[in-house]
Amino acid sequence: QGKFTLLRDTRTDGSFLVHHFLSFYLRAGCKVCFVALLQSFSHYHIVAQKLGVSLTAAKERGQLVFLEGLKSCLDLVFGEEEEQPGQPRPLQFVSESSPNLKALFDFVRTSLTPASGDSWKGPVLLVDDLGVLLSLGAAPVAVLDFIHYCRVAVCSQLKGNIVVLVHSNEDSEDEENELVVNSLCHHSDLILWVEGLATGFCKDVHGQIKIIRRVSLELTAEQDLVQIYQYKIQDKNVTFFARGLSAAVL
Amino acid sequence: LVFTEEDKYGLYSNLLFKYFLAEGVVCGHELFVASAKEHPDNILKELPAPLLDDTYRNELGEEATAVKSEDFQDSMKIAWRYQNLPKMEASPTTSTKFGHYYDVSKTMSPELFQSIKWHSFYLPEELSLQPQMKTCNMNSAYTRLLQSIQRIVSQEGFDGSDPQKKQKNILRIGIQSLGSLLWGDDICSNDTPEDIHSLTKFLYLLRGLLRKSLSACIITVPAHLIQNKAIMERVTNLSDMVVGLESFIGSERETNPLYKDYHGLVHVHQIPRLNSLICDVSDTKDLAFRLKRKLFTIERLHLPPDLSDTVSRARKQDLAESAKLLSSGCGAMAIGKKHLDF
Repeated sequence: QGKFTLLRDTRTDGSFLVHHFLSFYLRAGCKVCFVALLQSFSHYHIVAQKLGVSLTAAKERGQLVFLEGLKSCLDLVFGEEEEQPGQPRPLQFVSESSPNLKALFDFVRTSLTPASGDSWKGPVLLVDDLGVLLSLGAAPVAVLDFIHYCRVAVCSQLKGNIVVLVHSNEDSEDEENELVVNSLCHHSDLILWVEGLATGFCKDVHGQIKIIRRVSLELTAEQDLVQIYQYKIQDKNVTFFARGLSAAVL
Repeated sequence: LVFTEEDKYGLYSNLLFKYFLAEGVVCGHELFVASAKEHPDNILKELPAPLLDDTYRNELGEEATAVKSEDFQDSMKIAWRYQNLPKMEASPTTSTKFGHYYDVSKTMSPELFQSIKWHSFYLPEELSLQPQMKTCNMNSAYTRLLQSIQRIVSQEGFDGSDPQKKQKNILRIGIQSLGSLLWGDDICSNDTPEDIHSLTKFLYLLRGLLRKSLSACIITVPAHLIQNKAIMERVTNLSDMVVGLESFIGSERETNPLYKDYHGLVHVHQIPRLNSLICDVSDTKDLAFRLKRKLFTIERLHLPPDLSDTVSRARKQDLAESAKLLSSGCGAMAIGKKHLDF
């Protein structure tokens, strides 16, 4: 409850974790606000079906609030002028000259604030790919402010969880992105860091995942707990195993 | 969204671009060609002619028979672990027919064009029109291009907006040399460009358009000219498939014996992972291309056997250096720091 989880990937694609958390929280009965900036709704829907959850059903019963970034941006740019004033336009920072992400934050807050008839367990905010906001013109400080506001609203006030995916790279030249990622790392309660194997590409082991529990944040003078596993992604599942114990080797 | 990094002189990426469009013509798709430096009519006149099945099979057949005449039925004695591996196939097998093959020495006949519809966007001609959409602080050339694409997509019903249309077709979009100076973007000439978000905003909106319509797009970009590498990283993140072409012209690799059969390398930086948790990764990461008189082929790069009589240290080290530069993996599957792919 009230936890901020950072999904971080380096030189590989960590989006399988996003799919996992989405179906995990939906199955647990939480109200989820999913800010999906990188892919279309049908992509997530098809993968979620393989994992046993139906996103359209969740949307219909009000459990899932889905912001499809691609579609929303297109409507913003190509939409007609006669929209009702006061209609939420979460991505309107794209067309503004000094962009701030307040509209996006308002969208998140209104979707996760419990309505009178709601019986869902804790709210969850899921963001697929924070780096897209930087590509669309938001300054790194604006992105960090947005996350900060979300933490206050979702984690502290509503006692919910936040899960955010970012990409990073050791020798990356994208300084803005690295700034955002490093800052988020310092503030996260749990970091799931997905990387490629140090030895290169392998067919049976797709990569390794480092689980860092930020116990040091709790001021008990303890070190962070780090666990490392390796994984292999299959069509409907991801298998995790201890290092060196892949099924192909045993 | 297929993103191609151009090679230094643009020769080979142009070829790939034309292949994409030619495939569209042969399959009966609609085309949309955009360019700032060459008029699309000229581009379309130079599309390679498709090879009829018999001619290609004959060509491939000759090579295949030459190989078969060698004796490879002997069981291996020393390297017996390799016995069970399939024989290395350098070029695609004829059994899997996917797409068509083209003859680059001939251009496509105009009759093939008659049956398809195509649209063009030539920047110098479009500059006079006013954009009717919100500019979002994006470069005006990109704005016009995006508006043009959106207009075609909705007018021709590719986004499903016209339920009366019975025939569903695919729109193939080709954009040449995006990001270059001719499009009004200074990311290729300036270390700190004025507006680093134009290209990424354009790509994001284009991605949205592609996702909601029946279309596919190839973009070539002179990546070697872009000074700010952060842009390339963001662009890679926003594309589905990223392929880089590195030609050997003018570089020291031209004379390297390792590469004597080939004209360049193909780097696959990212492959699409759509609608599924996993993606389809091929076995090998080292691909090279060569332009024969009639065909442009992409093959696996395999090291020639080291049959030197004198063990000259310098040459061996040279080969080892080049071998280390191979096999950079793709973004969808993990890549590591050292190069011990297994």
